[in-house]
Amino acid sequence: MAIFLTKDSKVIVQGMTGSEGMKHTTRMLASGTQVVGGVNPKKAGTSVTFPEGQEVPVFGTVKEAMDATGADVTVIFVPAPFTKSAAIEAIDAEIPLCVVITEGVAVRDTAEFYNYSLGKKTRIIGPNCPGLISPGQSNAGIIPADISGPGRIGLVSKSGTLTYQMMFELRDFGFSTGVGIGGDPIIGTSHIDCLEAFEADPDTDAIVMIGEIGGDAEERAAAYIKEHVTKPVVGYVAGFTAPEGKTMGHAGAIVSGSSGTAQAKKEALEAAGVKVGKTPSETAQLMREVMQGLAAKG
Amino acid sequence: MDLFEYQARDVFEKHGVPVLAGAVATTPADARAAAEQIGQKSGGVTVVKAQVKTGGRGKAGGVKVAKTADEAEQYAEQILGMDIKGHTVKTVMIAQGARIAEEYYFSILLDRANRTYLAMCSKEGGMDIEQLAVERPEALARIAVDPNVGIDDAKADEIFDAAGFPDADRAALTDVMKKLWVVYRDEDATLVEVNPLVKTEDGAIVALDGKVSIDGNSEFRHPEHEAFVDHSKTDPLEVLAIEKGLNYVKLDGNVGIIGNGAGLVMSTLDVVAYAGEEFTGGAAKPANFLDIGGGANAEVMANGLDVIFEDAQVKAVFVNVFGGITACDAVANGIVQAYEILKGHGKDPKPLVVRLDGNNAELGRQILDEAGLPKLERVDTMDGAARRVAELAAAAS
Repeated sequence: MAIFLTKDSKVIVQGMTGSEGMKHTTRMLASGTQVVGGVNPKKAGTSVTFPEGQEVPVFGTVKEAMDATGADVTVIFVPAPFTKSAAIEAIDAEIPLCVVITEGVAVRDTAEFYNYSLGKKTRIIGPNCPGLISPGQSNAGIIPADISGPGRIGLVSKSGTLTYQMMFELRDFGFSTGVGIGGDPIIGTSHIDCLEAFEADPDTDAIVMIGEIGGDAEERAAAYIKEHVTKPVVGYVAGFTAPEGKTMGHAGAIVSGSSGTAQAKKEALEAAGVKVGKTPSETAQLMREVMQGLAAKG
Repeated sequence: MDLFEYQARDVFEKHGVPVLAGAVATTPADARAAAEQIGQKSGGVTVVKAQVKTGGRGKAGGVKVAKTADEAEQYAEQILGMDIKGHTVKTVMIAQGARIAEEYYFSILLDRANRTYLAMCSKEGGMDIEQLAVERPEALARIAVDPNVGIDDAKADEIFDAAGFPDADRAALTDVMKKLWVVYRDEDATLVEVNPLVKTEDGAIVALDGKVSIDGNSEFRHPEHEAFVDHSKTDPLEVLAIEKGLNYVKLDGNVGIIGNGAGLVMSTLDVVAYAGEEFTGGAAKPANFLDIGGGANAEVMANGLDVIFEDAQVKAVFVNVFGGITACDAVANGIVQAYEILKGHGKDPKPLVVRLDGNNAELGRQILDEAGLPKLERVDTMDGAARRVAELAAAAS
């Protein structure tokens, strides 16, 4: 198993024929992902041949691609001004998982397509995220597949490069699934959604959670862990020494009920029994000890 | 991007939100001229308000009621140039005076936790709303707003009732709420706050002070928002970085930092600060945040080093790159070329510590070793490199 993405996942790419889409579809295919189609209304009916010889058909709509291929995951690379309509199309086609890689999406657009997805059949991951990988099985997004192999650690992170850093540090153990949820103010899948899925996944033994300053997602995740997560969780929060600023001002702080500082997040996580590392390497070491402890218990 | 009060006032006016007359002035003489004109509508009385993007203006003496144009000129003289929480007042707004009967509070903002929008409203405006939220949360109504529906008649009534307003004000207040929703949606705001929203003695509802934050990602549909960009207060190094298209923030230390990806750079600041505390007794601290993004090519690396070498406070530089999508050999070549470009500019390099890890790290390290660049040291772990750069910076400071 794994969460959200397995070896059976059939992936389509909206915006496959653009430069980013081509580059990363090539990488997804190289890592063994079943990429079964691209979507571009202007190039419907054509196909694209990738460097290793795979021929991927291009469809006019998400619905057509799903009908023809049985696709259950879409990865969106279209430019920010068109991302909302691409996501709405994916939601209307009822695809189970929609991964939005595009960065720079207007918050209003994300708020609208995320809320539109509620009560419908599509899970949104992102936007402005590296996507997710279940090493050895499938890779939907831009996480380099060769950083780490399969294993029994689950990872959820707001930050792309810290995801790579942490997967690299723990490559001796490997990962069930690594999910980069993105750092935008509104994102489709939260830390909590991933914690819930990892808790339920029989192939995940422990979870590493990476956060950043701003907002209160980590504090809320801490409260969730305390109540609902029995598997060991190790945390890391970036931004302890970052200067204040670039926050929303008064009204934002009222809603979150939290200062949003790294220290506040660390304290909340520790109060929920999460071991929090001061640096990425210390965090990896804490996770290593957790995994060794689990192995010793058998 | 936060707007100045006078910009928020103009945006409100554009969408039909009732506001008072106001004009901006950058000199006392202009303030006087504005007061002479605007005061005509309010018996000569105007309010001189410092335009700064921070709270607590009133307490700092940045808001004064002037009974005459003479007084407005004197107050403008006092307020212009004043420092309010590190913000120098360069502009004042001369606003029409008003006879206030009641002060309310209203805002619309992003609710990150619930991934939707939130309207907040209170009969008790004017005061510090954060304090009200803590001390008497029941006095602050909070109503979720669906981004795809917004504040329609039903939602406005719901907010109005939750805040407990007297029924006589329903038509006027719900009308203002709906108009402020249009401001929020059509301007791609992430915050629209009116405090106070006042009822005047003659019963009119007026937005007396407004705070508006605009989502920077919405530029593509708002070319007109370019006019709101405040070019005046930026640090010269930040200006240079903006010209080069870099994501840079100037800090106060002596260790220049370059990395790829915002999370990793933030983490690098932490690790350097810790190493500075632990190994140099606090003599080394991060001098900046600089994220060169996913694709660290030679030109971006050269631009980044260029900006950091310009910073006289910087005594040593830490380049921390994790090769994810970008391979480390490309990054190493970028550093080598960056040195050549800088040499071409006649600049001497500062001590540089490079840590390369991830994709093609071995090859990247080899390229750097073979290039034999002056003052460049290679350390393979993030923690080790942070310690070394802290020592170099402390020794040179």
